[in-house]
Amino acid sequence: MDFSKKKEGRMQTEDMPEKKSSRRDFMKKMSIAAAAGSAGLVVGGCSGTPATEKMGLKWEEYFKKHYRLMTQEEKDATVTRLERLAKLDRGIDVQMSNQGPHEQVLFGYAFNISRCKGYMDCVEACVKENNLDRRGKTQYVRVFEMDPGQLDPTAGDGQYHHEVPVKNKFYMGVQCFHCENAPCIKACPTKATWREPDGIVVIDYDWCIGCRYCLAACPYWGRRFNWGDPEVPKDEINLNQHYLGNRMRMKGVMEKCTFCIQRTRKGKLPACADACPTGSRVFGNLLDPNSEIRFVLANKKVFRFKEDLGTDPKFWYFMD
Amino acid sequence: MTTTSRKGFAAFISDCARWALTGGIAYKLYLAALFGLIGAGIYAYSQQFQYGLRITGMSDIVSWGLYISNFTFFVGVAAAAVMLILPAYILKDKDLHKVVIIGEGVAVGALVMCLLFITVDMGGPLKVWHMIPGIGLFNWPSSILTWDMLVLNGYLALNSLVPLYILYCNYHGRNPVGWKYKPFVFLSIFWAISIHMTTAFLYQGLPARPFWNNPLLGPRFLASAFAAGPAVIMMVLIVIKESTSYPIDTNIFKKLKRIIVASAIINLVMLFSEVFKEFYTFTHHSLSAQYLFFGLEGHNSLVPWIWTAISLNILGTLLFAFDPTKCNPKYLMVAAISLFTGIWIEKGFGLIIPGFVPSPLGEVVDYTPSILEIMITVGILAAGAFVVTMLIKPALVIEMRLREQAGAAGGGE
Repeated sequence: MDFSKKKEGRMQTEDMPEKKSSRRDFMKKMSIAAAAGSAGLVVGGCSGTPATEKMGLKWEEYFKKHYRLMTQEEKDATVTRLERLAKLDRGIDVQMSNQGPHEQVLFGYAFNISRCKGYMDCVEACVKENNLDRRGKTQYVRVFEMDPGQLDPTAGDGQYHHEVPVKNKFYMGVQCFHCENAPCIKACPTKATWREPDGIVVIDYDWCIGCRYCLAACPYWGRRFNWGDPEVPKDEINLNQHYLGNRMRMKGVMEKCTFCIQRTRKGKLPACADACPTGSRVFGNLLDPNSEIRFVLANKKVFRFKEDLGTDPKFWYFMD
Repeated sequence: MTTTSRKGFAAFISDCARWALTGGIAYKLYLAALFGLIGAGIYAYSQQFQYGLRITGMSDIVSWGLYISNFTFFVGVAAAAVMLILPAYILKDKDLHKVVIIGEGVAVGALVMCLLFITVDMGGPLKVWHMIPGIGLFNWPSSILTWDMLVLNGYLALNSLVPLYILYCNYHGRNPVGWKYKPFVFLSIFWAISIHMTTAFLYQGLPARPFWNNPLLGPRFLASAFAAGPAVIMMVLIVIKESTSYPIDTNIFKKLKRIIVASAIINLVMLFSEVFKEFYTFTHHSLSAQYLFFGLEGHNSLVPWIWTAISLNILGTLLFAFDPTKCNPKYLMVAAISLFTGIWIEKGFGLIIPGFVPSPLGEVVDYTPSILEIMITVGILAAGAFVVTMLIKPALVIEMRLREQAGAAGGGE
């Protein structure tokens, strides 16, 4: 992977200390209105037990705006609050980013169905990277075992549990396909899900009201709902988080694959592509003519799942 | 009955409340039973609120269940009030005009149920304000759900305010002024069609779900609603006729019966058309229908339900169409319950669940509602019955009194 903007991610983390002070000023202003709570943000500050601090933070979180309507200052403030809440609630030190998209980047994914052996390392890596609920066994990535003569995952077996590869079978991975014309986005009554300029379809978990209309609208079963509070063992929580990505979800909201936004916006591969031992997963910038994904699209025979629905997914299958 | 007219809105409200809550021992028992069911529902909902929707039987594959099924059905019941409003106000049908207020009461009760079903189905009910234009973000006109919210709340307003105005005038012994409410009556007729078409479009507009993605869905919603809705209204009328002194003319039953029979037959024709399309040339898109009618890959939890529903549907239609008793209330009650239950199962469970099975990735699972989920649903149904009762009981007192006054003055209507 070669994003020319790799540095930006680093720069932003270096900026952090400076920003924190302005964030604090901003929060001080807010705290006049919201009384008790925000005082706690000034760490080691004047008033309150952790309980009142938590209540104050939750209060401010409840009344915050839609992510896309926030100014950069407000985005920084909510990230700080969420980091603090993670500390208070779970005792963990989360690094949460709100890094935006890079210019001239449009992410795309290609899956090599002749290479995949169905090892499911991608699934495991995704679960760990994205803090997926262990109790409900949530998976963003599914792998289907296919018989020859089929190219449609619906005909395959998504529950296989045996040694792989099996002779005369092949494997197809599915996840959110980040459609350009995504039916889920159209369905959402509160605009809580949208497509970022770099092509990633994201959800503002705090804005989602949990009606599940997007889940019904998705023809690829790319979305998951938090039926209860997700459970991840404390020592397994991935602390490198993104506001629109793998931060801890709460009960009653939708979630989905974000192409590992917390990694890919820093120039890394998504966890699934990174973990794949067979090299079946190709991820990259569709706007970069020298990228591997562009090579695949130009030189391989590619196809997409349910092309007839006109959703224009940014996820292709190909064969060697 | 103390019916001395006092002036003002406060007097109107307090009198209505008094009339609504007083009654014989049977009435008090009925109210107590409703409160019991509502209380159980509230308890169950408190569990759901605390632990999340995982206490229901829903899953990522069948992600809407009992709540949305009932929501869909009761939108139809609400819309069906138009079958009384249209002849009563527009065609000036005197018989139906006498009971139109009951139809409107049923519509309000049904709408309250719909809104409650939507609310309990939400993962984040406290975040509903995100949907309110101005302080939230309202994805209109793109999301059909926002359309549905507009039409449902609008219809609730129309169906509450028009009867409120008419009753308020009648309470003070005068006739309502036509221009003040007739335009809204006209509006509510179109609105009734729109609430049910919009609700159908929620499903119909999703290519992801071939079982719903069917242009007949909207019209069939209307036909089944105009059969099931008047059946509910007929049940309420029979209860009123049997348990109060409020006069309900046999003509009213005859007319309602005619409406029900016509709608039920159209509904059955459309059902047949859908079944033909699904099974004559069996495609991948027919798998949901196969799951519903015959079961798929060993999963067949809906099969007994749908065949019960279709039998009741046909039975109810036949009972209404060939009525040898000439509108005997007990006979009509059986017919109405049969048709209502049939459409309830078919259009609730039978429509929503198969839309999700098999999943877009071809997976088949069964859905069984949990006990708590059923308790919440029953609680909402009881709340709806309570609203209907609270609205209709004082309305009947006011209407009776107006009629007595008119009778005493020696003039007809």
